[in-house]
Amino acid sequence: MSDFFFARSQMAMSLAFHIIFAALGIGMPLLMTVAEGMYLRTRQPVYLDLSKRWSRGTAILFAVGAVSGTVLSFELGLLWPGFMAKAGAIIGMPFSLEGFAFFTEAIFIGVYLYGWNRLSPFLHWISGLIVAVSGIFSGIFVVTANAWMNAPAGFKMVDGKITDIDPIAAMLNPASFHEVLHMTLAAFVATGFAAAAVHAFFLLRDRNNLFHRRALGITLAVACISIPLQILSGDHSARVVSRLQPAKLAAMEAHYRTQTGAPLLIGGIPNSETRTTDYALHIPRGLSLLVADDPNARVVGLEEFPQSNWPNVRIVHWSFDLMVAAGMAMLALAGWSGWLWWKGRAVAEHPWLLRALVAAGPLGFVAIEAGWVVTEVGRQPWIIYGVMRTEDAVTPMPWIVIPFVAFTVLYIFLAFIVFFLLRRQFLETPRPDSEPPTTSAYA
Amino acid sequence: MLELIVAICILLSLILYAVMGGADFGGGMWDLLAVGPRAARQRKAIAEAIGPIWEANHVWLILVVVLLFTGFPIGFAGMMTALNIPLTVMLIGIVMRGSAFIFRKYDSKSDTVQRHWSTVFGVASILTPFSQGVTLGALSTGQIRIVNGQVVSGFFAGWITLFALACGVFALVLFAFLAATYLTLETKSQPDLQNDFRLRALWSGLMLAPIAGAVFLTSKHGAPEMYHGLTHWWAPLLLAWTSVMSAVALVALWRRWFSLARIAAISQVTLILVGWCLAQYPNLLTPDVTVTNAHAPEVTLRLLVLALGVGAIVLLPSLVFMFHIFKGKESR
Repeated sequence: MSDFFFARSQMAMSLAFHIIFAALGIGMPLLMTVAEGMYLRTRQPVYLDLSKRWSRGTAILFAVGAVSGTVLSFELGLLWPGFMAKAGAIIGMPFSLEGFAFFTEAIFIGVYLYGWNRLSPFLHWISGLIVAVSGIFSGIFVVTANAWMNAPAGFKMVDGKITDIDPIAAMLNPASFHEVLHMTLAAFVATGFAAAAVHAFFLLRDRNNLFHRRALGITLAVACISIPLQILSGDHSARVVSRLQPAKLAAMEAHYRTQTGAPLLIGGIPNSETRTTDYALHIPRGLSLLVADDPNARVVGLEEFPQSNWPNVRIVHWSFDLMVAAGMAMLALAGWSGWLWWKGRAVAEHPWLLRALVAAGPLGFVAIEAGWVVTEVGRQPWIIYGVMRTEDAVTPMPWIVIPFVAFTVLYIFLAFIVFFLLRRQFLETPRPDSEPPTTSAYA
Repeated sequence: MLELIVAICILLSLILYAVMGGADFGGGMWDLLAVGPRAARQRKAIAEAIGPIWEANHVWLILVVVLLFTGFPIGFAGMMTALNIPLTVMLIGIVMRGSAFIFRKYDSKSDTVQRHWSTVFGVASILTPFSQGVTLGALSTGQIRIVNGQVVSGFFAGWITLFALACGVFALVLFAFLAATYLTLETKSQPDLQNDFRLRALWSGLMLAPIAGAVFLTSKHGAPEMYHGLTHWWAPLLLAWTSVMSAVALVALWRRWFSLARIAAISQVTLILVGWCLAQYPNLLTPDVTVTNAHAPEVTLRLLVLALGVGAIVLLPSLVFMFHIFKGKESR
């Protein structure tokens, strides 16, 4: 296997690892800030306890997210110097802005975590809010840079030389809006469902635990509000992709032949030799309806593009279906929970819903990983879509397998430790019969 | 002109990283070297001092990187290619340091568990600044050659030289000295600990002189362009000023004027980095990549300077606020 293969693997592995912490880094500060806000409003100690416990989880996740993010910022150059030499001047802008947003986040997370007894309650809460907001902004800026790789804008290519650079246009490229929206919502969906699963798990053991009931309330609210919006934003994303990157959309849908009234294919085994997708579930005219609201619309298939410009159809199609399936399952759960809430009944009284929520805990992250595979593998063989091929950007450095293995082992180790440490924080949660500790002051 | 402003901002971020983030690494080294009856209390004081601020301090490095790749993309690509190995080591150090520090805080308080994390934290706190010093040193050696934007000198040029290795050791001792000096102010309420850190600061401060000498001597052959840069008219002045600052720091530590010692130590680090940059100027990656031949187009630089201005408006008050809360007088 080539160094190019290992360079791609190292980048993919680093991103797959970091994205979990990045998403939690956007979602968790919201949870802890909401909980502290509820405490300031209601003065019920349970909310203060909740916010403190969530902030401990945030501290661990944020630290690992920060260091793995640093690794990525260097890997852009360590693995893809050819890309950075050309793209740095065009998309360095959002990265610089991200630097400042992340700086603000890092400052105020320190203030928040260590400032419980050094600030007034209101200022402390504001610090948490700043963490949440700057986290969202960090995500937005980074995703714009990725969107630019998918929909390059803001420059001209003249004889292989880049001219007429416009960093603002590059940042506000046609893919920015839908990618940013979809990723930001994804962070809330994934954090909401994952945290809800943890508290549902403890509620199954102890139905009346006030701490976990309140926690489930907040996490489910975040999850159930964001998932329907996320499904809508996903629909919007698919339409934009069909316009900007028709080859990617065709791969997502395993759609080989250009046709009018194109069916939607679910599952199946895409076969690029025969250019058919076997054993798929067909929904007649579904694809035409989805991308153009017209059952007879013409949808471009992969056959329109030279096969050397195709992404790996199986990976992209299956990842896409996995993401959609996870999204639909979460939507169904949100519907179930929402219906109970509407009827004025406590979710905690429904063991089957609690069990389903526990089972659905990882789904948000499954969807994020699968969606990220769709975006990134679907962009291949390009690193800058239609402009620069990934293989032309890779470092000349040999033996990339060594850092690849080193970082993989390191990250697997970190993942285990983080898992056990988070578990520790939760196992220390209030025991069945004990009232939440009466925390009168912030100290 | 614009490229010079961006370059100065990179230097400023680098200085702030050394002064703030560097001291956090120095704290890690003293954690590893904590001995004697007060070892546990020393570790606790270190952890309390860096806990709230290390993540923010770390972001200066990220700022250096993004400014470098936005402002000087070709220089960045060259550095990342030629110095792939020491930079990868640095990244592993960064990951281990940050994770071990936070894991130690939230893991079991049993002695064995804490000791294991402390060791990882300490070793990573040595690995990282050492590779940073080596990397910075390698930039000045003149052995990394770039032709038409491609690195032609391989992956071992520059950084496996006596000069670069001396720079690595220098960075280590410098950060240890900074950390010990700061820690004297963090332990005001515990005179015995304060004296421990005072002695550590004095020893590491004294060690700096011969190591600085070694860097200077090895630079004659190891980094000839920089060595010649140090023959400019301003060089003796700068050198004298730096020496005065290090003497002031040592005397102040001896006489227990700890606030003065901190100011002098910070000035010393600042002057060293400023001197290094002046001697390097206009090279980014000696001799092929310079501030003038590798910068991004003007429109990018203009927006970058604008972003830096706007960013500073958000950042500086936040930083002042953070240090006021955790390092201000009333909190000590």
